[in-house]
Amino acid sequence: MNLSAETEEKAMFDDIASMLRTFEEKRENLMPILQEIQEKYRYLAPPALQMVAKHLRLSSCDVYGVATFYNQFRFNPPGKHQIKVCLGTACHVRGGDIILENFERKLEIQAGQTTPDREFSIDRVACVGCCALAPVAIVDDTVYGHMAPSKVEGVILGFEIEKERKEREKQDSESQE
Amino acid sequence: MVTLIVDNQEIETQEGSNLLQACLDNGIYIPNLCYLSGIEDPPGSCRLCFVEIEGYDQPRTSCRVRVQQGMVVKTNTEHVRRLQKTAFELLLSTHHVDCRNCPANKKCELQRIAKFLHFGLKLKRLEPLERDIEVEHEHPFLEYIPTRCVLCGKCVFVCRKRNGQPMLSFAKRGFDTVISFFGEKDKALDVCKECYACAEICPVGALLVKDSPNIPNP
Repeated sequence: MNLSAETEEKAMFDDIASMLRTFEEKRENLMPILQEIQEKYRYLAPPALQMVAKHLRLSSCDVYGVATFYNQFRFNPPGKHQIKVCLGTACHVRGGDIILENFERKLEIQAGQTTPDREFSIDRVACVGCCALAPVAIVDDTVYGHMAPSKVEGVILGFEIEKERKEREKQDSESQE
Repeated sequence: MVTLIVDNQEIETQEGSNLLQACLDNGIYIPNLCYLSGIEDPPGSCRLCFVEIEGYDQPRTSCRVRVQQGMVVKTNTEHVRRLQKTAFELLLSTHHVDCRNCPANKKCELQRIAKFLHFGLKLKRLEPLERDIEVEHEHPFLEYIPTRCVLCGKCVFVCRKRNGQPMLSFAKRGFDTVISFFGEKDKALDVCKECYACAEICPVGALLVKDSPNIPNP
C-alpha cells in the first residue's frame, strides 16, 4: 500500500470514530452503522468492523457474521474501474457465469474483490434491466451487451492502454516544461 | 414428573423437559448433531432428531418438543428414518469423507449416526458437492477445516457460554456459511489459550488444536 492510501485509511478510521459517537450504544444500531460506513466509503474495512464491535460492546466476530450475511456490504475497497457482471435469469441462461469467470481469471481476483493495485474490482449483480442484451457486463458506466469470453480481454486491455496513454502524456508534458 | 411412552417403553421424566433429552437420558438414542444438553432454545437445524408423536400428522424434531403426560412417541418409523437418511445424506454430500486421515476417526458423530442408520459413508444417490473454502490458519491456537464442518453451531454456543462474548461465530450465508474467528488477535491469545471448549465439543473434527501454535512475536 502506498503512503497516500495509508493516510486516506487513517482519515477514514478517524471519521468513523467520530461518526460512531453519534450512535447510541445499542445493538439495534448495528445495521444502521454498517450501512452508513458502506454508504460513505463503499466498503467495510476489517478494523472498522472492530471499531463498531467495540462501540456496541459486541464481539467482533458477531459483527463480522452479521456483515458477511448481507450482500449489500463489501469488504474490499472498490477499484478505480468497477466491473459488474450480471447474473440475472437471462444472463445466467446465456452464460453470464462464464463471463464472470473470465473476468476473475483475467484479473486474478474473485467477485467482491479488488486487484492489489486497486485498478479493478469485480462484482456480481442481479439484473441491470437490459435482458435483451444478455449476457451483460457493466464497466464503470458503460454497458457491454452480448458479452463473450473473447471480449473480456479487450475490455481490460482498453483500460490498460488508456492508462498507459495518460501516463505517457503526463511524462511528455512534464518533460516539455 | 410425567410418564410418556417411547417405542413401547415407559419412561419418566421432569415435566416440561425436552423430549430429545428425555429419550437420551433413558438410553433411547435419537440421531442428533446440533443439540446440546442445557441449550435453552435448540436451533433444530441438523434435521436429524425427528420422531413421530401420536396426534401429529408429521414427524417433529424432538429437540424442539416439550414432553407432556401420556405422550406416545415412536423413534424408528419408516417416515422418520427416511427424513433422517435424507438429511444425513445431504450433510455427507458436502463433507470431505476421509476418515482414515481425520483426527475424529472412530469418535466422529457422523460415523456413529451412519452406523446407527445403517447408512454407508459413500454416497450412492447424491453427487458430492464439496465446498471450495480454504482452511483458516489465522487463529493462534486453533485450526478450522470447513470441509469437515457440519455447521452444528455447538462451538459458538459453548464459547458464548464460557466467554460471554464468543471468539468465533457463523459468517457468510447459505452454502458459503463458515465458522469464523474474525476479531482481535490479542484477545484470542488471552482467551483461547486455556479454553479449547470449541475443539472439545466439535463432533466431527472440524475444529482442531494446533500442534504448534503460531503466536506472533511481540
